[in-house]
Amino acid sequence: MSDLTALSASALSDALASGEASSVEITAAHIERIDATDQTLGSFLARSAHALELAAKSDARRKAGAQTSALDGVPIAIKDVLCTTDMVTTAGSRILEGWLPPYDATVVRKLREAGLVPLGKTNMDEFAMGSSTEHSGYHVTKNPWDITRAPGGSGGGSAAAVAARQAPVAIGSDTGGSIRQPAAFTGTVGVKPTYGGVSRYGVIALASSLDQVGPVSRTVRDSALIHDVIGGHDPNDSTSIPTPWASMTEAADRGARAENLAGLRVGVVKQLVGEGIQAGVASRFEEALELMAAHGADIIEIDAPHCEYAVAAYYLVLPAEASSNLAKFDSVRFGLRVTPEGSPTVEDVMSATRDQGFGDEVKRRIILGTYALSAGYYDAYYGSAQKVRTLIQRDFAQAFDQVDILVSPSAPTTAFPLGEKLDDPLAMWAGDLTTIPVNLAGIPGMSLPMGLDPEEGLPVGLQLMAPAYQDARLYQAGATLERLFCERDGYLVSERTPEVI
Amino acid sequence: MSEMTPDAVRHLAGLARIALSEEEVLRLAGELGAIVDAVEAVQSVAGDDVPPTSHPIPLGNVLRDDTVGDTLTTEEALAGAPDHDGSRFRVTAILGDEQ
Repeated sequence: MSDLTALSASALSDALASGEASSVEITAAHIERIDATDQTLGSFLARSAHALELAAKSDARRKAGAQTSALDGVPIAIKDVLCTTDMVTTAGSRILEGWLPPYDATVVRKLREAGLVPLGKTNMDEFAMGSSTEHSGYHVTKNPWDITRAPGGSGGGSAAAVAARQAPVAIGSDTGGSIRQPAAFTGTVGVKPTYGGVSRYGVIALASSLDQVGPVSRTVRDSALIHDVIGGHDPNDSTSIPTPWASMTEAADRGARAENLAGLRVGVVKQLVGEGIQAGVASRFEEALELMAAHGADIIEIDAPHCEYAVAAYYLVLPAEASSNLAKFDSVRFGLRVTPEGSPTVEDVMSATRDQGFGDEVKRRIILGTYALSAGYYDAYYGSAQKVRTLIQRDFAQAFDQVDILVSPSAPTTAFPLGEKLDDPLAMWAGDLTTIPVNLAGIPGMSLPMGLDPEEGLPVGLQLMAPAYQDARLYQAGATLERLFCERDGYLVSERTPEVI
Repeated sequence: MSEMTPDAVRHLAGLARIALSEEEVLRLAGELGAIVDAVEAVQSVAGDDVPPTSHPIPLGNVLRDDTVGDTLTTEEALAGAPDHDGSRFRVTAILGDEQ
């Protein structure tokens, strides 16, 4: 077969089913690809020592007719925020350096049960705090499209790995855009499911009311395949939605077959396409709207006035929850312990450990969150932010009375140069404007490529948003749009990723 | 510009159990002042009649059957600890000299 790393998970599944390729061949091809490219890209923090062994077991299962799913034998990369018993898990933080979790995250267990072969753990901003992966405690990940640019964040490692064909698919987590913005920056597809749609058990928490795990891939169908594996109720997560879900893969296949978008009501949120949008992103977005209209969609302008306050509310809710969640890193049960000289108390040890083990961005957000929650300020900051959250939810509810899906650019810009925003947290945070409202409202969102920007030829992402529980709508509309973009351009954006070796 | 004095940062760092260096305290005081200014806008948006949202998809009374499940063994629970005595996590003195 031709280069196995060029195939989608869907195509690999077909190749495995027909016997054209074995899991060992497929896995070996991806390992070789990582060996050849990761020195340059830095997508991975840890590599699996026994991927080939798992691949051989998958081949044996298939030979016996006992494959556990259509994806049995397909390799996958996993963001380092998910606990894995066989690979060190750090969430990108030095405070967890070398930590081997005693259990698998539910999502990881489901992937293993479906026979997917984990290749390794991908780099991320420390505890998922960041939008460029530059806040990793270990190393910087480069964007395969231009290695002087950021791959986005916090899930830059998963996005870069999938874009650069180091893995056909990957797992990410999205608290304020950490799946969707890196997808936009690397020309890949990423989905943040409805809050509660995918288990958070064994996912190192950043902000518990915002975090959601989801797929990263090069095609809409591949994300759907992974979504169907990892989604569903988990009794180990008290926020996990107990109702059954429609098949995302069937929705994607319906969308791919659909002749056009006739009857689809598409809303454009005025507040998400205003100031600060790069010219090349704005023009590609306009063209995407024209394409949708030309194929039968009704385009309707939507006013969601409280989205203007989303970034401010988010940067109170998130630090507040993070400051509480990260209290567990106290040098007692896991991770780093730093013992100061003299006769330190346990409190001195905790404080020294946390100063040395946490990076600047994590400390900044913990202190801000501690402030937002402290006596006398709680109502003014955390309480007010929670009320803004209610208003944003109402804005979305009203919008979805009028339209089926909402669209916006996934990010206001294309991939920015490494280092550009590193010393300016407010500039970095402002770039999350388009993705954050989705997390605050708990609704599902997808980013898929809508072309290359006319100035620098970098990928531009289109964000689709649907009402809570209607994730399937994203896959159906996303698959139709992916096909229309491909027919218009003659290629999928992900097929144009430059060679990085 | 919001009041975020070095003393306030030192107090918050103490609550958060982070032994910031003096240089970090001074830098954070400047940064947090600007950040608090930027997020303060939330205060003027919602009236008293707007209820707060803590979870986007509220689920009430999520309970499980009160039965013994698979839990970590002592050995597994201690495996990642910086220090332990075989059955318990070991830490340095809880109380300081002056207590």
